[in-house]
Amino acid sequence: MASEPPLQWSMLALEPLVVGVVLAMALVTYLTKIGGIWLVRHVELSERLEAGLSVLPGAIVVAVLAPELAAGGPAEWGAAGVVLLVMWRTESILLALVAGVAGVVLFRTLL
Amino acid sequence: MGGETGPAGSDGARARGDDASDRAGDAVAIDRRTAGNSSDGERDSVGDESDRPRVTFDREGIRTGFYTTVPVALGVGGYGIAFGVLANQAGLSVAEAALMSATVLAGASQIVAVELWADPIPVAAIVVTVFAINLRYSLMGAALQPWFRHLSPKEIYGSLFFMADENWALTMRDLTAGNGRGAFLLGSGIAIWVFWVAATIVGALAGGIVGDPTRYGFDFILAAVFVALAAELWEGRSSLAPWVVALGVSVVAAELVPGRWYILLGGLAAAVVEVIRYGE
Repeated sequence: MASEPPLQWSMLALEPLVVGVVLAMALVTYLTKIGGIWLVRHVELSERLEAGLSVLPGAIVVAVLAPELAAGGPAEWGAAGVVLLVMWRTESILLALVAGVAGVVLFRTLL
Repeated sequence: MGGETGPAGSDGARARGDDASDRAGDAVAIDRRTAGNSSDGERDSVGDESDRPRVTFDREGIRTGFYTTVPVALGVGGYGIAFGVLANQAGLSVAEAALMSATVLAGASQIVAVELWADPIPVAAIVVTVFAINLRYSLMGAALQPWFRHLSPKEIYGSLFFMADENWALTMRDLTAGNGRGAFLLGSGIAIWVFWVAATIVGALAGGIVGDPTRYGFDFILAAVFVALAAELWEGRSSLAPWVVALGVSVVAAELVPGRWYILLGGLAAAVVEVIRYGE
């Protein structure tokens, strides 16, 4: 970044090395996205293993959430409670999200 | 989804390659897990093909996925602006940042990547870190298998390119509701992609002008989506053990292990415990 080219050019610049790194990132990411399902499609699973697989959705959701909320504070916990409450009362994900985000902003100002 | 499908006929039907019956049997298997094992007789009685939704892959699914996800994608866009700003500060051009968002499409790993960015570029560190952060997608993808097994490889592997945390969550919600929209992931992913790439460009152009996304609560959107999903995935007592395991392991792992391994560890631990408990 020593000698800055004109603005328009720098915005559109595609350095070969950068493009290479980005494409490598894209490739490994795509492999992670397809890897799991490729495996379970090509390996015969016992019922036992499928029972394990069936708890994955909930377990992943909890595993994403728990550390994130644990790292947060009362504002995030309160907002998570708001989301739960709105989901329970309305079953509308949109309302729940709007209430949750509004809640977190509000609680962060208040708490 | 083997012999648990119940009616003895369904295995024979599968052996003959009877697709409709195969699908119906699966839907029952999925449903029974969802319901716990409380009402076997009742489940068996609804095992007819006719009243079980099939998993289809069509325009309607894409459209529903897209529109359901737009509100969430707007929030993702808020985060994309933050990524664009960070990428700009790391020295990436607008075109390079946009290319990354368009081809990688995995927010957390992209943000970490541009934080690792330096001169010279630590290529190996970046690529390995991105892989590690995104390994959780393997587990998420595997969780789609009960429904995606009805789709063609092209549909599956094409859709999965567009899988991100938020639209995976919304897709699981739609699939577990029994709507049978196999194209939901693709439609919702396209919504995420459009907003993510557009927001990246806005952020990279705006540079330092836009401030911290936490000011607008955008950073909470992912957590909010997952809280909402947890509320829907809760199946009562049968969920308790795997969820407690996932919670305990992920919280401890987040403390002890760097990066995002905790998601993988928490999910795997719950699955392993379920495998051990199976049949008890």
